Amino acid sequence: MGDLDLSAFVQNKTGVPCGPLFSKQTQAIVFNYKKQPIQRMLDFDFVCEREAPSVAAIVAPGSRSGGFQKAFFGRSEIAIPVYGSIADAAAAHPKADVLVNFASYRSAYESSVTAVEEPSVNVVVIIAEGIPERQAKLLIHMARKRGKTIIGPATVGGVQAGAFKIGDTAGTLDNIITCKLHRPGSVGFVSKSGGLSNEMYNVLSRTTDGLYEGIAVGGDAYPGTTLSYHVARFQTMDEVKMIVILGELGGTDEYDVVKLMEAGLITKPVVGWVSGTCAKWFNSSEVQFGHAGAKSGSADESAEAKNDALRKAGVIIPQSFEGLSDCIDATFKKLVAEGKHVPVPEREPRTLPKDFGSALKQGELRVSTNIVCTTTDDRGEEPKYCGVPISDIIQDNYSIGEVISLLWFKTLLPQWATKFMEIVLVTAADHGPNVSGAHNTIVTARAGRDLGASLCSGLLTIGPRFGGAVDMAAINFKHFCDAKISPPDFVETLKKKGQRVEGIGHRIKTAENRDKRVELLSAYAKETFPSIKYLEYAQQVEAYTLQKANNLVLNIDGCIGALFVDMLSSCGEFNEEEVQEILELGALNGIFILSRSIGLIGHALDQKRMRQPLYRHPQEDVLYIASDAPPRGGRKTQE
Amino acid sequence: MARKKVREADGKRLVKKVLKQQAGLDVPIQVVQLKELQGDDSGAPPPPATIKAYYDQVLEENLWLLDQPLVVKPDMLFGKRGKSDLVALNKSWDEVVEFVSARMGTELEVSGVKGRITTFIVEPFVPHDFEFYLCIQAHRAHELLSFGDCGGVEIESNWDRVRSVQVPVEESLTEEMLEAVLIDVRDKGQKAVLNRFINAAFQAFRDFDFTLLESNPLTIVPSTDKTGELQVLPLDIRVELDSYATFKNMQLWNDLEFPEAWGRSKIHEEKVVQNLDDKSGASLKLSVLNPRGHIWTMVAGGGASVIYADTVVDLGWGDELANYAEYSGNPKQEETYLYARTLLSLATKYLDGKRRVIIVGGGVANFTDVAATFTGIIQALKDFKGKLQEGKTKIFVRRGGPNYKAGLRLMQECCLEIDVPVEVYGPDTSMTKIVELGIEYLKGQ
Repeated sequence: MGDLDLSAFVQNKTGVPCGPLFSKQTQAIVFNYKKQPIQRMLDFDFVCEREAPSVAAIVAPGSRSGGFQKAFFGRSEIAIPVYGSIADAAAAHPKADVLVNFASYRSAYESSVTAVEEPSVNVVVIIAEGIPERQAKLLIHMARKRGKTIIGPATVGGVQAGAFKIGDTAGTLDNIITCKLHRPGSVGFVSKSGGLSNEMYNVLSRTTDGLYEGIAVGGDAYPGTTLSYHVARFQTMDEVKMIVILGELGGTDEYDVVKLMEAGLITKPVVGWVSGTCAKWFNSSEVQFGHAGAKSGSADESAEAKNDALRKAGVIIPQSFEGLSDCIDATFKKLVAEGKHVPVPEREPRTLPKDFGSALKQGELRVSTNIVCTTTDDRGEEPKYCGVPISDIIQDNYSIGEVISLLWFKTLLPQWATKFMEIVLVTAADHGPNVSGAHNTIVTARAGRDLGASLCSGLLTIGPRFGGAVDMAAINFKHFCDAKISPPDFVETLKKKGQRVEGIGHRIKTAENRDKRVELLSAYAKETFPSIKYLEYAQQVEAYTLQKANNLVLNIDGCIGALFVDMLSSCGEFNEEEVQEILELGALNGIFILSRSIGLIGHALDQKRMRQPLYRHPQEDVLYIASDAPPRGGRKTQE
Repeated sequence: MARKKVREADGKRLVKKVLKQQAGLDVPIQVVQLKELQGDDSGAPPPPATIKAYYDQVLEENLWLLDQPLVVKPDMLFGKRGKSDLVALNKSWDEVVEFVSARMGTELEVSGVKGRITTFIVEPFVPHDFEFYLCIQAHRAHELLSFGDCGGVEIESNWDRVRSVQVPVEESLTEEMLEAVLIDVRDKGQKAVLNRFINAAFQAFRDFDFTLLESNPLTIVPSTDKTGELQVLPLDIRVELDSYATFKNMQLWNDLEFPEAWGRSKIHEEKVVQNLDDKSGASLKLSVLNPRGHIWTMVAGGGASVIYADTVVDLGWGDELANYAEYSGNPKQEETYLYARTLLSLATKYLDGKRRVIIVGGGVANFTDVAATFTGIIQALKDFKGKLQEGKTKIFVRRGGPNYKAGLRLMQECCLEIDVPVEVYGPDTSMTKIVELGIEYLKGQ
C-alpha cells in the first residue's frame, strides 16, 4: 500500500508518529522571511488565544544569525529572531518542530533535506511549486525513514483550527472568523488543492460545527504525504468525528483510501469527491490542468473510476461537486442525531485591532501626514520630476540644467538660463588639489574611507570661506544695487563694517590680465540675458576697487553671483521676494556644491586608483609652540 | 507541468549524450530530424528551392546519410507507425527525401485523432537478429525496471516474458537486480553489454530527471570500428522528462522541444498565455476546447478550475464548454489584464447571434488579492465592451478571499459602466452555482 504500511499505522504499530501533527503549543521555524504569511499566522494565534506566537524563528539563509524581524502579536509588536541556518534556529528553539519552507523551487530541495535531518523538526511544509519529481521522491524517502511528515510541495499548507496555522492557509482574518477556524470543530479534511481547502472550510462552517484539522497535500504528482496518510491519521485522532476528502484525477492515492476502508480500518464516516470528471471531454486534446499531478492517464486514474471505487468502499460520494455540501450536512446531522457527537459550543473570537495599512487602504482611517513633498511624485507608473514623467525627460532630451530647474525651482526656466547654470556647473567643477575641499577629500580617501565619506568630507568645507563667496556676492550685489547705493558707497560701507567685498579680488589676475572665465561668462550673459543689471553693478564696483589695487578685479565668484541674480530676476518666473528667498535658501551654493562634487569624486577616485597610503601631515610643516603643563585641579586651587 | 514527452529523435540524441557523459559509453545512435519549414506570413508553403536547400544542408551536416540504407518515419509522439504504412525501410537518401516530401504536412488520423505530420526521423537501416525490450518508469517510491528478450512488435503478446524489478528510491541498481531482469539472456557477451548499458541508462534516468525511458526494440550490433565490440543500440525509443527539472538540466536540454500531443497544436492565443505563464511567478493556463462554444471560463485556482469544468460537463453542456482556464498564485494586475484580454479575444471571436456566458469563478482565495486580480480583468472587459455586447454576453462572478468585497463591487461597477449584464456572488453562494445560472441564461434565448 503506497510507500507506507497504513494499516499498521492506523493501529499505531509503526514508528511513524500518528495522530495530531499540531497543537496549540506548536511553534514553527519559517525558512525565508515572508512578511504577510508570518503576520497572518500570528494574527490567527491571537484570535485563537494562543499564549505563545506560533512563529519561533526565521531562517534567512546566508545571513549571519543575530538579527530579528518585527511582527505584531495581537496589539503589541514582537521581535522574531533571525538565524542564518536551520541548524542555528533549531538549536536555539528546540521546541519548534515545524519548518515552513518558503524557498523557491530551485533551492527548496536542499533546505528541506536539512530540515528533515534536523532532529527537533518533525513536520516540513514545502510551499514551492515546481520541485523536480526525483527530489520529491528522495525527500519522501528521507522523511519516512526518520518518521517525519512532509506537507507539500506545491501547497499552501494546512491548519488545525484554534491551534496552529501554516503560512497563508485560510487567508485573511475575516475569513478565519467566518469559517470558525478560531476554535476547533470536529471535521478532518484533506485535499490536494489549497484553494479548494479554503473553499471547503467555508462549506464546513455552514454544514458542520467546523474544521478540526485541514491539510492541503499539494497538487504535484508525488506529494510528500498523501490523502490516505492523513485519512489514516484522522482515524487515530479522537477529536476528529468525520473525515472529508477531495481527490483529483491522476495518480492512485485514492485507492489507498479504498484499501483502508475495505480493511475496516476507518470507522469514522468519510465523505468525498474526486474532481476531474470533465476529462472525458478532453481526451483528444490532452489539457494540462493547473496541478502537475492532475493528468488524465490510465482509466483507473480517472475521476469516475476513483469516485466509483471510493463509493463501493463505503465513502459517501455525491453525484457531483455541487452535491458535496449536502452530503457533508447529512452526515454530520446523522452523527449528532445518533448521539455520536455533540457539536462544539461557539466561542466569540478575540478581536484584533485593525492593521493600520489595510485600514488606511480601505478608507477607514485618516491620519495627518508627517512629510510634505512638492517636487517629485513616485506613486504612479513611473516617478515624475515636478509633474514631468522621467520617460519624457529621456525622450525629449531634457538637459541637466532643466532637471535642476524642475527639482530646485519647480519650474522650467528658459533655455538661456538653464544653459547658464550648466556653464557654471562646468566652470566650477574643480580647482585643483590644494583647495580645502579637494584636500579634505584626498586625505579622507587616503584614510581608506569609501567614496561617499571622501566626497562628504570635502563638501563639509564649503561655506562662508570656501565656495561661499558666490552666495555672499550675489546677496550683496543684489541688496546694494536694489537699494540704489552707488558702487563706491557700497565698498566703503562694507569696509567700515570690516567686511570683505565678496566677489572682488584675485591672487594673480589683474586689470590687464583678466580672468578668461569671467570674460566668457559675461559675454554669454550679454548676448542671451534679457537684463544684466547686477553684472553691470558689479562691474562698476570693480571699476572703483581697481583704483585701489590692480588685482581687485571682479573674480569668477562675483561674476557668477551677479549673473545668478540677473538670471533669477529677468527670467520672468519669480517675483522680487521669490528671488530673495531663493538666494537666502542657498540655491546658489547648491550649484557650487553640485559642480564641485564632480571634481571631488574625481579626486577620491584618483587617490584610490593610485592606492595612495594614509596621509600624514609632515611634522616640519607644523609650528609647535610649547605650553606649560597646567596643574591638576585647576590653577585657582593652587593660589 | 511535470511529465513531458519528447520526440524520438530528441530522445535518442539525449540518450546518446547522457550515456557518454555518465559512463563513457558509446551508443551507435545516428539520427536526423526533418521538420516542416514555415512559409511566409501569407500561409503559403515555402518554395521548393528553399525546401531543397534545407534537405541539402541536413545532408551536408550528416554525410553518413549517403553511406548506408536508411529508415524514415514520422516523429510525432504516436506509435504503431509500421502498421499505418508510415515507415519506409532500406531507402537511399534520395528516396527518403521523396518519401518525406510526399507526406510532410499531410493530415492523418491516428487512434481517432486527426493531426498534421510536421516532423520525420531518419536513421540508418540496421538489419539485426535480436530484439529486446527495455523500460524504466518512475514511481513514487521506486523506479520500475523491465527487460524482455522478446522485443519488437511481438511484445504485446509476450508481456509474461518481461522481467521486472523495483529499485527503491534510496537504493542503487544492484548486480542482483540486473541479473534478475537479464536472466533469460543466455549469451554471455550480450549479457555483459546489456548489463553495462542498462546500468548506465538507469543512472542517467535518475540523474537527468527522466520519468519514462522505453526502448522497443533494443538490439545489439558489432561496432563499426576495427575492434568490432558489441554495442547496444536502441532502435526505437520513448522518452518522457520531468519538465520541473528544466532548471537543473539547462545545458543538456537546451535544444529539446516538448511538443504538443498528436493532433494538438497550440493556437496563437494559447502560446501567448503560455509565454505569460513561463515568465510569471504565478500560474496562468489556457486551453481552448471548442472555439465556437458559448461557455467561457476564467477560474482562479488549480483545483477549482477543474471543478468548474466538471460542473459544465455534469450538467450536460460539455459540448458548449469553450475552454479550460486557470490562474492562481496571486498574479500581478498587469498579468491578469493580458491574460483576460487574450481570453476575451477568443470568447468574442465567433459571434453567431447566440448568447454566451463568461464564468469568472473561484473558491475562497488564501492569499490572492481578489480586488487586484479583478482590476486586471476589468481593464480587459472595458477593452472588449462592444464585442461583449454584440455577443450577448453575460458575466457570472463568484469569488471569496482577501479583498473580495471590493473586487465584487468593482466588477459590478465595471459591467454597469460598459453595459454588459453581470451577476456577482461571494462565498455565501456555493462555488459552482454560477455555472447553473449561466446555463439558465443560455437556455433563455
